[in-house]
Amino acid sequence: MDAAEELARVVREEWGRLVSLLLARHGRLDLVEDALADAVEAAARQWERDGMPSNPPAWLVTVARRRILDRLRAEAMARRKVPLLVTDVHREGAAAMADPGDLVEDDLLRLVLMCTHPALAPEAASALALRLVLGVSTHDIARLFLVPEPTMAARLTRAKKKIVAAGVPFAVPGADRLPARLGVVAQTAYLAFTAGYAPGSGPDPVRVDLAGEAVRLVRVVRGLRPEEPVLTSLLALVLLQHSRRHARVDTDGRLVLLPDQDRALWQHEEIAEAVALLDAPVLAGPLSAQAASYLIQARVAAEHATAPSAGETRWDRVVAHYDVLLEVDPSPGARLARAVAVAESSGPAAGLSALEGLDLPESHRLAAVRAELLARTGDVAAARGAYSAALALCRNGSEREHLEVRRAQLDDARPAGRT
Amino acid sequence: MKYVVLLMADGAVPEWSGMTQEEQAAVMGRFEAFDDACREREGVQILAGEALGAGDTAIVVRTRDGQRTITDGPFAEAVEQLGGFYLLEAPDVDVVLELLEQLPPYDLQISPVVDPM
Repeated sequence: MDAAEELARVVREEWGRLVSLLLARHGRLDLVEDALADAVEAAARQWERDGMPSNPPAWLVTVARRRILDRLRAEAMARRKVPLLVTDVHREGAAAMADPGDLVEDDLLRLVLMCTHPALAPEAASALALRLVLGVSTHDIARLFLVPEPTMAARLTRAKKKIVAAGVPFAVPGADRLPARLGVVAQTAYLAFTAGYAPGSGPDPVRVDLAGEAVRLVRVVRGLRPEEPVLTSLLALVLLQHSRRHARVDTDGRLVLLPDQDRALWQHEEIAEAVALLDAPVLAGPLSAQAASYLIQARVAAEHATAPSAGETRWDRVVAHYDVLLEVDPSPGARLARAVAVAESSGPAAGLSALEGLDLPESHRLAAVRAELLARTGDVAAARGAYSAALALCRNGSEREHLEVRRAQLDDARPAGRT
Repeated sequence: MKYVVLLMADGAVPEWSGMTQEEQAAVMGRFEAFDDACREREGVQILAGEALGAGDTAIVVRTRDGQRTITDGPFAEAVEQLGGFYLLEAPDVDVVLELLEQLPPYDLQISPVVDPM
């Protein structure tokens, strides 16, 4: 492996550990991240020229630590009233906070919990976790969240400032509070995943790379707390959704709906992993509402993922899962999804009655589903109106195209519509 | 670090005048529990804490172009609701959040005090 590849691997796999290690020792979020970025830059030059160091992560930590000390000394000089020695004393004091040298795995968990503290806005928190835990560059995070790079840079800076100014601790909360905090972590990771899986705007129907980073984040955190139900159920859920990534878009970049997807393109080893997770003993006990919600959504996804063909999907079981989900976590989105399942299992008329009384302002999905079901019952005029209503609300280019095609097909199709 | 905690609104607490004496005593008991919890917690100290008069007792002072005006309003939105405050010393924000669970369920705002260093 050449130096550049090895550096990329170390950054991808070790970034969060290196940040936590430096943060545990020096406690200065602002300095730590800059220093580590400097160290990576230096590595890019020196490893190519002088060959690989024997322990690349340790090399990066040493160089980063030197930069941090340089900066602390420079700050002390600038303040003048604080002599150089004080900096060294401060450093020794800070070092005593953590076992120097060895990273305790909990340091990485502390970093995750700090990034996803509930005092931060959820979007800023998930961006910060991608940056500090996974080492995703600000440029890439901006691209992933579909905002300009300076906007994302400012958002990350604000989040880091808030952590320092508000006194958000670099700590693992007590056992009585940890599950709730891991719930926030899970929610934050899921938010990042959702931003990748179903972006609200823009031309691409799926942003596979963001979804992939979010899955990686869930994996890292679950690696730290494998017995936490909310992380296990979430990992199963995101793996199942992510496993379909290559089948969701055709060669022209158009969205392909579940029944039309080429199942050979699904990542079957990920599906197998997720299905195995659903049987994990940790999910057998009493669950929080959040963990139960992820678990049931994952069970729905597993029904689809394990059906040999779209036609053989066990829609009756899917409806039953949604019935449970609506008890645990009632949401308009879940009711909509249940109505779709009812339509598949008991016909479009039953689906339409399941939609009654449902309201999803701002979303095109309700109108799109109603349009599809109306078309299937043969009510072409009402279906056309519903497609137009959906188009008026839809912001995603690829989905718009799909809706327009469906509306145009109404005119070609016989009144019976699609079966 | 120092934190100012503003008691912004009644939140889930019923209006004071609508409560029975027992209910009022229960609410006051939670303030005492908060005091006790702060006293027992290492590194935590209540530096100040007061209840404020109702919004219509407040006075607004503004100076524009050297001219000082004193009026009965217009108030910042918060003054109609702001019921009191604490100034706390605490190691970090999670300690503050934990201790505040002792208080009645008011809507709260926690602001870190800027460290002059």
